[in-house]
Amino acid sequence: MQRLTRASGWGEAMRVPAILRNSSLVLGAVITLFIVFCALFAPYIATYGVNEMDMRNRFAGPSLQHWLGTDNFGRDLWSRLVFGARVSLSVGLISVGGAALIGTTVGLVAGYLRGWVDLLLMRITDIFLGFPAIVLALALIAVLGPGIFNISLALIAVFWTEYARVVRSTTLVLREQNYVQAAQALGASPLRIIFREILPNALGPIIVLASLGLGTAIIAESALSFLGFGLPPPTPTWGWTLAYGTRFIRDEPWLSIISGATIMITVLGFNLFGDGLRDILDPRQLTRSAGKK
Amino acid sequence: MTAYIARRLLLLIPTALGIVVLTFGLLLLIPGDPAAVLLGENSTPESIARLRQSLGLDDPWYIRLWDYFRALLTGDMGTSIFQGQPVTEIVFGRLGATFELAIVSLILSVIIGMTLGVLAAMKQGSLIDSAAMLFAQLGISMPIYWLGLLLMLAFAVILGWLPAIGRGEPLPEAIAAALSGRPQVLMDSLSHLVLPALALAANTAAIISRLVRTSMLEVLREDFVRTAYAKGLRRPRVVIRHALRNALLPVISVIGLRFGALLGGAVLVESIFAWPGLGQLTITAISQRDLPLIQGIILTFAIIYALVNLVVDLLYAAVDPRVRLG
Repeated sequence: MQRLTRASGWGEAMRVPAILRNSSLVLGAVITLFIVFCALFAPYIATYGVNEMDMRNRFAGPSLQHWLGTDNFGRDLWSRLVFGARVSLSVGLISVGGAALIGTTVGLVAGYLRGWVDLLLMRITDIFLGFPAIVLALALIAVLGPGIFNISLALIAVFWTEYARVVRSTTLVLREQNYVQAAQALGASPLRIIFREILPNALGPIIVLASLGLGTAIIAESALSFLGFGLPPPTPTWGWTLAYGTRFIRDEPWLSIISGATIMITVLGFNLFGDGLRDILDPRQLTRSAGKK
Repeated sequence: MTAYIARRLLLLIPTALGIVVLTFGLLLLIPGDPAAVLLGENSTPESIARLRQSLGLDDPWYIRLWDYFRALLTGDMGTSIFQGQPVTEIVFGRLGATFELAIVSLILSVIIGMTLGVLAAMKQGSLIDSAAMLFAQLGISMPIYWLGLLLMLAFAVILGWLPAIGRGEPLPEAIAAALSGRPQVLMDSLSHLVLPALALAANTAAIISRLVRTSMLEVLREDFVRTAYAKGLRRPRVVIRHALRNALLPVISVIGLRFGALLGGAVLVESIFAWPGLGQLTITAISQRDLPLIQGIILTFAIIYALVNLVVDLLYAAVDPRVRLG
């Protein structure tokens, strides 16, 4: 019965007029779709090859020929940023997917089983939470070495805790619901209850966290690249393009300004989308957790 | 309250032990022979053997973990591979600069965030509200290293008002100098501090402003606020004495959580502004793969973060009895 109520709540939230009325969600979705489109169709959207040099047009400002200008090798900035979207989104999706998978499993198990399992899993979560994220990620990359997989692994290691804590608290509430107790009374196994009864109803906060987490992961990946610990050149990561632009910041500042603005607009898109989703799925939770991001 | 403090301190012990184990475990993650990997291409069999001995790599991992624990209890975090100095000495030499930056950033973010949050809540739906929340959304979405670069470009490179990089006299010494009649020392110190502190503060200020706005809007709808108005109290008094005091409670807990983010952010900001703190040391240590130094730094970050959160939790419990009784 509870689940039916819950499901109809989702249906209500997902009605088209409700979605269109939410300006955050709409604007966020437009930005996000544009970035995803750029990443998917980069070879068709980019006006030049990613490493194609045009030495006659070094440091050219934005023009019809080079929409966002060129760098010191005459490489087209628009094309490099479009291809860079692939790297940022790949790292973002892998790290958010991995973090959500691990954190959700830990949160579900801890919240449902409680007792010593809960205590142990939450202490482990606290230990990981005890490190500033970027410092732990840097240390892991220092020992693992760079590469898309290792960077994603380092980001998974710092981001899974948020999912674990949120899903655990959601599970603590859901496990007391009538439909869960009914499933227990019918003899359903803990595994079945966790994944068939509780998980579908805990998906709302997980989706919101993942959407907001994508923005955070993209900032983190670009920060690692900016510091020189991301994917090695000539991979056109946004962070590295920005860092590279700082060498010429006095005379040609647009290289860094445009690269940074690209990161900011992308993250803004994911944040607005996440905020809008949270608004629609659970307006009360939105107001409570606004400061915990 | 005593029971609550005891409980929080007891909970800190397993977390601290776990942090030490995780920090130690970094060495175990290195593929192949850690000594050869850490020393890189220019290593010789002798230097590898020396480092293996110095890191105790010939012993089983549990013996090394035990030795690591014992050494930590005496304040020994090992010796830097490349600097040859005790890690504790190197880390403590840089700690003051990072603390100075993080604390000034925290103060700035609380002032900016609270002002914007209160203004936005008071003028809900107005242009001020929209502008404040736009600032908040941008502050959350903007990479701090990019903001740092923009600030440096505007105020140091183009306008030339502030120095682009470096640090003046440490703030406590600068204040002492100002008190003894040399205000220019303090001015120099502050002029170096402004840009990195602002860059570091923006994200936390944005988060605090959203939290304060939400919290204020909730509190302003409470019965006790209506009662205060009914008693004939004026709006500023109701807002400051009644609403703001209650709305500030969640901010206290966020300050603890955000301190870790400020320490992490310091790594980026220090590297941009050549601020000689722990963050800049982290980049050097990681570039050189100086593992004892990396371990010492992240352990120090984690201990500071744990202690700050402990203090914040105790403060929160002291202010709000529901926490310690719950």
